[in-house]
Amino acid sequence: MIIRIVGAGQYEVPESFYDELNVIDNKIVDLVSEGNEEGYKSELTKLIDSIKSCGSQIDDTEIVESDIIVPPEDLTFEEAKEVFKGEGIFED
Amino acid sequence: MGLFGRMETVVKSKMNKLMDRMEDPRETLDYSYEKQLEMLQDVKRGVAEVTTSKKRLQLQRSKLQQNIEKLDGQAKEAIKADREDLARLALERKSTLNIQIQGLDQQIAELEKEQEKLVAAEKRLSTKVEVFRTKKETIKAQYSAAEAQVKINESVSGISEEMADVGLAIERAENKTEQMKARASALDELIDTGTLDDLTSSGDDIDRELAKINSATTVDLELEQLKKEAGK
Repeated sequence: MIIRIVGAGQYEVPESFYDELNVIDNKIVDLVSEGNEEGYKSELTKLIDSIKSCGSQIDDTEIVESDIIVPPEDLTFEEAKEVFKGEGIFED
Repeated sequence: MGLFGRMETVVKSKMNKLMDRMEDPRETLDYSYEKQLEMLQDVKRGVAEVTTSKKRLQLQRSKLQQNIEKLDGQAKEAIKADREDLARLALERKSTLNIQIQGLDQQIAELEKEQEKLVAAEKRLSTKVEVFRTKKETIKAQYSAAEAQVKINESVSGISEEMADVGLAIERAENKTEQMKARASALDELIDTGTLDDLTSSGDDIDRELAKINSATTVDLELEQLKKEAGK
């Protein structure tokens, strides 16, 4: 499975880690809806660190499509809230 | 839907729009690279503006410091001349200036933090642009090769995702620059109108009242000290 971290390149992550990442992802969703900013920040960092540690970085010269795209690590709490409604954080 | 899926939707829709606009990806890549260079220039300009604002605050701070030293000297002279009223006035002014300096220090520290963040964003962006530059040549060559093959769709979707990623990273850096510009101009305005001390003396009535009492006590203590030193 290929995951892109916005602004930080692509990582090839074995499928076996998918459940583990999914748990963190769901936790982030809960924390954002509860309004828990600190919890959100640490879980997002954890998510990105996990992807980087369990995956291997894909060379920049390789052109492949990602299966999943995750937000950049500096995504603010306000932006994260926006991701859950409307068109997302970036205007088209 | 989690962040995973949401981001995918956001980026995918952006990608589709890019694809629609894309007649020949090779031309679009060159155009995109030029745009990135322009944006990088904007970010660099933003960093320079923040640095200037910080220097201006530091200058303001050293002016205040000079005034404090002057007032200190005046207070001492006044005590020697048996003019306690004048000494008290000088010390009161000094106390106000000290509060202003504390405010400025805080602003300078904050500006410094923002400056570091902006410089980091600039570094990240310029790396991104450089990577894009080398990559676009590879992409162009691959596209030409792919054009002759059936694999074209696969290749193009990968290319447009790369472009969307670079576009998003640039957009974020730009937003940060805009925020910093707004912040820097607000600070300038405050200094120009001389209301910076109002800004720093935030807090409620009780805080202000307590600060006033505190300041008065400091003045009294300093006055006593000066008198003792002058043997009065």
